[in-house]
Amino acid sequence: MRLGLTPEHKQFGDAVAGLLEAHGGAEDVWERLAGLGVPAVLVPEEHEGAGGDEVDLLAVLEQAGRAALGEPVVEAAVAARLLSGIGGDLAAEWLPRLASGEALVVAAPGPYVPHADRAGLVLVGEGGAWYAVEPEAGSLTVQRSLDPLRRLSAVRVPEGSVPVAEGALAAEAFDRGAALTAVQLVGVARRLVDFAVRYAGERSQYGRPIGSFQGLQHQIADALVDVEFARPAAYKAAYALAKGEAEASLDASGAKALASDAALHAAKVSLQVHGAIGYTMELDLHRWLRRAWSLASAWGDASHHRRAVAAKLIG
Amino acid sequence: MDLDFTPEEEKFRAEVREWLEANVPAEPLASFDTAEGFAAHQEWEARLHGAGLSVVTWPVEYGGREASLTEWLIFEEEYYRAGAPGRVGQNGIYLLAPSLFEFGTPEQKARFLPPMASGEEVWAQGWSEPEAGSDLANVHSRAEKVDGGWLVSGQKTWSSRAVHGHWLFALVRTDPDSVRHHGLTYFLLPLNAPGVTVRGIHQLDGYAGFAEVFLDKVFVPDDQVLGEVGQGWKVAMSTTGSERGLTLRSPGRFLAAADRLVDRAREAGPLDDGLREDVADSWIRARAYQSYTFQTLTRILDGESIGPESSINKIFWSEMDLRLHETGLRLLGPAGELVEGAPEAVDGGRWADGFLFALAGPIYGGTNEVQRNIIAERVLGLPREPRSKR
Repeated sequence: MRLGLTPEHKQFGDAVAGLLEAHGGAEDVWERLAGLGVPAVLVPEEHEGAGGDEVDLLAVLEQAGRAALGEPVVEAAVAARLLSGIGGDLAAEWLPRLASGEALVVAAPGPYVPHADRAGLVLVGEGGAWYAVEPEAGSLTVQRSLDPLRRLSAVRVPEGSVPVAEGALAAEAFDRGAALTAVQLVGVARRLVDFAVRYAGERSQYGRPIGSFQGLQHQIADALVDVEFARPAAYKAAYALAKGEAEASLDASGAKALASDAALHAAKVSLQVHGAIGYTMELDLHRWLRRAWSLASAWGDASHHRRAVAAKLIG
Repeated sequence: MDLDFTPEEEKFRAEVREWLEANVPAEPLASFDTAEGFAAHQEWEARLHGAGLSVVTWPVEYGGREASLTEWLIFEEEYYRAGAPGRVGQNGIYLLAPSLFEFGTPEQKARFLPPMASGEEVWAQGWSEPEAGSDLANVHSRAEKVDGGWLVSGQKTWSSRAVHGHWLFALVRTDPDSVRHHGLTYFLLPLNAPGVTVRGIHQLDGYAGFAEVFLDKVFVPDDQVLGEVGQGWKVAMSTTGSERGLTLRSPGRFLAAADRLVDRAREAGPLDDGLREDVADSWIRARAYQSYTFQTLTRILDGESIGPESSINKIFWSEMDLRLHETGLRLLGPAGELVEGAPEAVDGGRWADGFLFALAGPIYGGTNEVQRNIIAERVLGLPREPRSKR
């Protein structure tokens, strides 16, 4: 019985954190991430990947969240597993290129798919099935959104397309996206709490740091409780997926519900603690707020996942 | 990460499950805050003890079986799954015993631990006072040194199990010139000693689960001081860490309650989306609490100490428990109001009773507001709130 990261996991996460600290913000770091082996983790060895599992991505995803990284680490990971499940020519063609960073493949529920405009192949989830779309003129429309670094495009599945994945393989991909996004949200949320703590310690009013007022202390403490309970739930969900456990879907939905709520809560509290300066583009805080809002609803919001759990448990 | 149990641990689980299936009373016992129920619960503790299951993590010489923390979690999971009786001796086992193990003399351990393990002697908590609630260091009870011991005087309150119990573990000021947490001493005090008066206080469920304990020059011999004279705060804090941490509230309790909630929801017929989501939310949280506990266990096994982060745990489980029971009452509709003994009560009235019990969670063991202060200042390092000086 062990629920926690190994030193190797932490090292991997630290390497990614170091990279993101040096090349943060809006910079395109996908090639650099590929250099560290991030998109290769879930690609099988036979397709020139690392043959790892979801647990091997935990530290990386949490650091990606902490850095408000916009790159589609989750969507590429889901694509890797989907392609290996699909197999055949599609897998042989795209998996080695995904692993090396030569091409980007993203998988996400439609209609708005992050980074679809720079992907070589897009896997779109619709009505419980997945469709492969090769982006070309007319198949996608770039959008503007609250979180510009997510680069959303509306992706149209051509009429008469045949699904590339259905049934259990398809369903598991939705669960995987939810669970891995939950891990990333934990990183986002914890950073938002840390920002609140830092600012509340620096900013003084009425002759004392605002962080010494119970009215703020208790709000920040409550935000932390939510984050700290979402983390092990998200780890557990990733583990359950890696092991192919029967209840992995319940764990994935549970993790996403908790992490979405925790991130929205942390965003609200952190903005309130920062006051007017938090409501501007002068601080970087807005990047984490935007990421909390966008990832909270990506792959199904909290309410969607609670309803999914209810449907499985109650019927 | 490895969330599997070892074959030995699974064997332990099977043994516990089998014993509980054969031994848990079919009908719930009367409340242990009645004379009849107290005796029935003591008898249950004796049976549990006879099977080596009352204090599984303790050393063999004191009545335990040196089970690991993982096995303790397994035991608790099975215990609550089986719907076994509440633990009448829990104050002693969870609040006093950790301090006894850390600070007790060999004689004290030999004298007090075995009858605690068997349920023969039941302990009541004696920390709180009328002026020392959240502000626990504001203890006014005093002890005066006399030949061979101390004369203890003062008033304790909110002493759970003191009405029918046998002993009190109390925090008392032994240095009359001291303030706050200095100059306090930890006493082990028999409730049948001359000078002790116990007055039961009826809780929201109607039973005298609490008591006021009036102490009028009660003689306590020197060998019933736990730890050093003047070090009572330190001794007590080793216990509160335990109360707020892993030990008092195991995931098994909440997992079992969440499963019962889901069963009720299945039987309730069509439910609106809001209620369905709330049922799912309780189930998700109980499971998250289990994962959090496994994470804590991993950290303890890695040699980390948990410290003020246990406040995060306390807020989570107490709020989860309350929310779960509120949802249970909504599921039951009109029958939600019916309590134990009502002819049409569902599940023997356990939802309304559980709701009342859960309401106490955010208050005892340090109110959740105190826990939030601890999180803000000691976990997150926010600037301290200016404190008034006394």
